[in-house]
Amino acid sequence: MTDPILEVSNLSIRYPGASSEAVRGVSFTLGRERLGVVGESGSGKSTVGRALLKLLPGARITADRLRFEDLDLLALSEAEMLKVRGRRMSMILQDPKFSLNPIQRVGSQVAETCLRHFPVSRAEAKAKTLEMLAAVNIRDPERVHDLYPHEISGGMGQRVMIAMMLLADPDLVIADEPTSALDVTVRLQVLNILDGLVRDRGIGLIMISHDLNLVRNFCDRVLIMYAGRVVETLKAGEFDKAQHPYTRGLLAAQPRIGGPRKPLAVLDRRPEWTEELPA
Amino acid sequence: MTASLEIRDLSITFGEGPDAVKVLPSVSFSVAPGECFGLVGESGSGKSTVLRCVSLLTTIWSGEVKIDGRDLRELPLKQRCRLIQMVFQDPYGSLHPRQSVRTTLAEPLRIHGLDDHEGRMKRAMIEVGLPVGFLDRFPHQLSGGQRQRVAIARALILEPALLLLDEPTSALDVSVQAEILNLLARLREERGLTYVMVTHDLAVVDHMCDRFAVMLRGEITEILPREAIPGNQATHPYARELIGASLDYEGRA
Repeated sequence: MTDPILEVSNLSIRYPGASSEAVRGVSFTLGRERLGVVGESGSGKSTVGRALLKLLPGARITADRLRFEDLDLLALSEAEMLKVRGRRMSMILQDPKFSLNPIQRVGSQVAETCLRHFPVSRAEAKAKTLEMLAAVNIRDPERVHDLYPHEISGGMGQRVMIAMMLLADPDLVIADEPTSALDVTVRLQVLNILDGLVRDRGIGLIMISHDLNLVRNFCDRVLIMYAGRVVETLKAGEFDKAQHPYTRGLLAAQPRIGGPRKPLAVLDRRPEWTEELPA
Repeated sequence: MTASLEIRDLSITFGEGPDAVKVLPSVSFSVAPGECFGLVGESGSGKSTVLRCVSLLTTIWSGEVKIDGRDLRELPLKQRCRLIQMVFQDPYGSLHPRQSVRTTLAEPLRIHGLDDHEGRMKRAMIEVGLPVGFLDRFPHQLSGGQRQRVAIARALILEPALLLLDEPTSALDVSVQAEILNLLARLREERGLTYVMVTHDLAVVDHMCDRFAVMLRGEITEILPREAIPGNQATHPYARELIGASLDYEGRA
């Protein structure tokens, strides 16, 4: 990793009025690669993603270092963040049903990225939109362009979301459970599209998920979070060598196709997991 | 207690004549007493609808559903509820937010005029692995897994023979899913319960079910034994695609 896109060191986040920190001492760097962040609900994985975009109004974010390319994210004002969000750093959310505007046509929502960040005419924006819709394997972009979100399927909605964020050609994409709302057959299509983008465009991708199978097959490296801390970092191929009892517990709890039909292993949560520092 | 389930030509049609729209064209399958039968397929394929028809939450269907050889529609309501109970997908939506666990569990006992409320509620709580003290908690004081345990306790308190499980673990984390699947497996073994389980996760099917049906647009494409999953022995193209995608997803292809 010669040229990190993102450097995070000792990141802590506390929500307003909370008695403890939601995220504690998280550090990692990201190059042009696919980084997975897994953990259970409440482990702080989405909070990390949102903190990078500074989308946590009221929360106190502290870090020794929070650097995105040439920018110190901690020092940026809200006005400066507006030029970063969507343009250089984008987010794909879980459920297209809730993240697309229900009363606006799909095409004009995608074109907004273009109109907002670049000095282009409406006609140019539309041409780019159609091109992007085609790039995410939407077969009939002209037709889909004029549809409303309720008229398209979940998988297509998620591809529209990807097209929307691609239009600005960002350097870093944060995907927060991008396929959780999708069926398994559609899930693979969406993952393949994301995969192609990372390879062809050299985008850095942070994939936030609760799904161990997804990250171990799709990402290069995986951070495992528990109670706001990173307990272990693993290369995707080396899940079998996981050291931390939490990671091993999660793997054992997962039913497998062709696995034995014994009762599944159940996590025995240890209080020290919340305290110990990752090695 | 255990029961068999037989479904023949279950269908739902809207409208009449040439404009009629078949939402559920025709579903037939049978489940042996004590069997765990899975229903899989993509969203909108009608798998949850089948459960809603069997529980008569949806009543506009035609066809024949038999429990232990008796016609479902002929059964008196109370008797039906003693035979069939359902566990829903989202324990955040299926428990009344303003009712304590005690109120939730006591209601079916009162309706059915059963004795020994306190004892039955305590036994139900122990059975699903919750402390008896949780009877006085409200849903917001429970985690997702604990809520799903309450939902299972509510379904079990009438001692049914057939449990309809509508994605009982898909709203839960992997570690909590393991606890709930273990609980369901143990209850089936101890009580000989019959399960019909809707899920989109073939790994869960392989772990829990004996046979499963793959649904597509309201029709069953193929009924397969669980042994057909690892080697993808399905013959219907869609069933093959679904199993293939699941194997891919597990990184086994």
